[in-house]
Amino acid sequence: MKHRDAADFDVASVRQDFPALHQRIHGKPLVYLDSAASAQRPVAVLDAMDTYYRHDHANVHRGVHTLSQRATQAYEGAREKIRRYINARTTAEIIFTRGTTEAINLVAQSYARPRLQPGDEVLISLMEHHSNIVPWQMACEQTGATLRVAPIDQHGQLRMDAFKQLISDHTRLIAIGHISNALGTINPVAEIVAFAHEREIPVLIDGAQAMPHTRVDVSALGCDFYAFSGHKMFGPTGIGVLYGREALLDAMPPWQGGGEMILEVSFEKTTYAALPNKFEAGTPAIAEAVGLGATIDYLEKLGIEAIAGHEHDLLAYATQALSQIDGLEIVGQAESKASVVSFTLANAHPHDIGTIVDHEGVAIRTGHHCAMPVMNFFGVPATARASMALYNTRDDIDALVAALMKVRQVLS
Amino acid sequence: MELADLYRDVILDHNRSPRNFRRLQSPTNTAQGFNPLCGDKLTVYLVMDGDRVDDIAFEGSGCAISVASSSLMTEAVRGKTEAEARTLFERMHALLAGETGEAEALGKLAALGGVRQFPSRVKCASLAWHALIAALDGAQQPAKTE
Repeated sequence: MKHRDAADFDVASVRQDFPALHQRIHGKPLVYLDSAASAQRPVAVLDAMDTYYRHDHANVHRGVHTLSQRATQAYEGAREKIRRYINARTTAEIIFTRGTTEAINLVAQSYARPRLQPGDEVLISLMEHHSNIVPWQMACEQTGATLRVAPIDQHGQLRMDAFKQLISDHTRLIAIGHISNALGTINPVAEIVAFAHEREIPVLIDGAQAMPHTRVDVSALGCDFYAFSGHKMFGPTGIGVLYGREALLDAMPPWQGGGEMILEVSFEKTTYAALPNKFEAGTPAIAEAVGLGATIDYLEKLGIEAIAGHEHDLLAYATQALSQIDGLEIVGQAESKASVVSFTLANAHPHDIGTIVDHEGVAIRTGHHCAMPVMNFFGVPATARASMALYNTRDDIDALVAALMKVRQVLS
Repeated sequence: MELADLYRDVILDHNRSPRNFRRLQSPTNTAQGFNPLCGDKLTVYLVMDGDRVDDIAFEGSGCAISVASSSLMTEAVRGKTEAEARTLFERMHALLAGETGEAEALGKLAALGGVRQFPSRVKCASLAWHALIAALDGAQQPAKTE
C-alpha cells in the first residue's frame, strides 16, 4: 500500500539523491531507519569529496603552489558555509574536530579543566549520550570538581524545576543535549541558556542529533559552545565542529600541539596561531570538511523547515502505527520530540528484534544507544530504536511494522 | 544465512522456558557476565561439591540466544567435574568460532552452532560460558565478552 507523504516535500526525488538506499538486504529492499546512529550521504557530498581528491588536493595553509591554494580555499570555504549556516559571528568561532565527541572533549580539557576547583560543579542531564557524560567525569576526576545530573520524568523530559534547583553558586558549566539520541526529546535549550546566563554560567550544547532535524542559530540561542558531527547530518565521518564564543576560545589554551596551530616555534618558546587554527593541530580532515560544506549546501537547498515538517509527519505516523502493536511500549514520549522512536516489545529482546527485522531488510538500532543511564532510568537493558530522516517514507514505517509482526511469529 | 538456523526450536524453547533460571541461596561460586555491546547482564551460580558441579543456576536479562545458551549450559554442566565443564567451554568456543567436528560431542548444545553465521550475535551465545569460567576461577571481576 502506498501512502502519500507530506505534500510540500518531494521525498521520492530526495531518495534518488542517496545511492546507498537503493539496495536489497537479504533479498528485501533496504529500509534504513538508523539515521540517528549515522545517516546516509547524498551524491552531492560524495561528488564534492571525489572532485576535491581528483583535482584540488594538497595540504592546506602551507604552500604557495596552486593546489595548496585551492585546497585551502575549499577547506576555508567549508568553514564559512558552516559559519553562515549556524549564524556564528566569525569563522574564528568554527573549529573543525573529528566529531561531537572530540569537540566536547576539547571543551572539557581546554576550557573546564584549567578552571575547575574542588567544590565546583558541572551540570548535565540524565538523558545525555555517553559523549556528554564521560568527558565531564574525566575533567571532574582531574580537578576534584563534582558532576551533577539533572533528572528526567517518565515521558523522557528534562525536569526543568529540578534542573534549575541544581544550578548554584558552585555551577561552573552546564552541558546539555539539544535532542536526545535515545529518546528523541527536544530540550528547551534556549530557556536553559537564558537561565544560566542570568547567573553567568556558560552552556555547552551537544547538537549531534539536532543538526539534521532543526534550524540551529547559535547567535539566537546565545550558547557558549555548540558541538556537532558531520555523519549524523548526511556528511562524512571523521569531521565535526565545535562552535565557541570567540572570547572564550581566545582565552583557552591549545588542546593538542603540532603543526598548523603555531605562529612561531623555537625550543625556548612557541607562540600559537590565532583562532581557529590554534585548535587544529596537524593536517586536518580536508576532504571531509569539503564534504561537510556540501552537506550544508544540500540541506539549504531542501530547506531545513521543509525537512522538519516531513519528519514531523513521519514521527506522528510511526508513533500511531507502532502504538497499535500489542505489547509494544514506546520509551520516551516527550511533548517536543524529534523523529526517533525507541521501543520495547513484550517477550522479544531488542537484539532479537534487530536481527529478525534485518532479515526483512529493515535497519534499526538495538542496544543501549550509548545512553546507559537512560536505560537504567526506564528499567530496561536496551531498546529498539527507529530513527527517521529526510529520506524516509510512510512505506518505511509500514515495512517496520510488518517486520515486527515477523518478530512475533519467529519468537512465538 | 537463514533465520531458522539461528532461532532453532530448541533455542526458542529454552528462551521461552529457561531451565534453572533462579538465584541459588548458598552458592559456593558465583560470577557475573556483562556484554557491554548490548548491556546484557547475567549471574551464574554454582554449588561445587568438591570437584563436581552439584548445582548450577542463572538469572539476568538477555536476548533469546543469550538466555537459551545459559539455560542449555546449566543443563549440560550440572553433575560434571570442573575439568569436564572446562572442556565443554572449549568445545563451545570452537563451535562458535566455526570449527567443525565439535557438534557431535556437544549434543543439544550444537543447536547454538547456527549463531556463527551471525557474527554480531556470537557474543550473546558465549556470555554465559565466560561467566561460568569466571565463577570456576573464583573471579572478582565480571566476565566480559569484549
